[in-house]
Amino acid sequence: MSLQHYLLISAMLFSIGFAGAVSRRNAVLVLIGVELMLNAANLNFIAFARYARNPEALTGVIFVIFSIGIAAAEAAVGLALIIAVYRHYQTIRLDRIDSLKG
Amino acid sequence: MDLVFWITAGWTIASAGAALSFRNPVHCVLCLVLAFAGLAAFYLQLGAEFVGFAQILVYIGAVAILVMFAILLTRTSEVQEEQRRIPWGGLAVAAIVFMSLAVAIRSSTLAGAAPVSEPRPTVKQIGVEMFQGPYVLAVEVAGMLLTAALIGAAVIALQDSPKRQP
Repeated sequence: MSLQHYLLISAMLFSIGFAGAVSRRNAVLVLIGVELMLNAANLNFIAFARYARNPEALTGVIFVIFSIGIAAAEAAVGLALIIAVYRHYQTIRLDRIDSLKG
Repeated sequence: MDLVFWITAGWTIASAGAALSFRNPVHCVLCLVLAFAGLAAFYLQLGAEFVGFAQILVYIGAVAILVMFAILLTRTSEVQEEQRRIPWGGLAVAAIVFMSLAVAIRSSTLAGAAPVSEPRPTVKQIGVEMFQGPYVLAVEVAGMLLTAALIGAAVIALQDSPKRQP
């Protein structure tokens, strides 16, 4: 398989995550879409690390390890925010949380 | 190798699509687990074993379970209320994004590169690089960030019982 295949799969995953993040109304599902987009970026890093002809082949792998750690932190904070919003509004539907809407 | 790639690709894309199109959020998370497992299979195929198993541990073991807990904690009676309408606007924008990315990838010069046949990075190499190489400070900062994020998450999600509205 060539690098192109992995990049196309990654682009497709990114687009699926993007479509979910902009079109779903449930806050948890929007977060799932964001996670999928992050994972698509990680797949790009690993594919480039495998196919690129550079001596520092470890850089891509280590970048992905940091990216996974930061995505875990992001998921924890995001879900805590969703729970706090649910306590306040008794809903997590994003079109009902409109206090700041003019 | 080709067959393995195409099976993994179809499985990952299908479960990612399903994860964002079911109406019941619990089904969405179960499909998300399948998509994460497919990505871990991709990492293993690409020779990044450590990242593949870290993906399984962190995403399937932690993030998916966390998302499931969030869904169960915010369960309301309006789960089934979301009416069946297809979000054409979002789908169109996502299709445009994919088309532009695909055109860029197809016209790139390094798209047809063959895999490098040098030895794959071992776990020992990664550990030495991270804890004795130039990434020590970054590891420390990442640890600090994770601690701060977890404490912050606990504080945000904490129930503010004294001034709780009826």
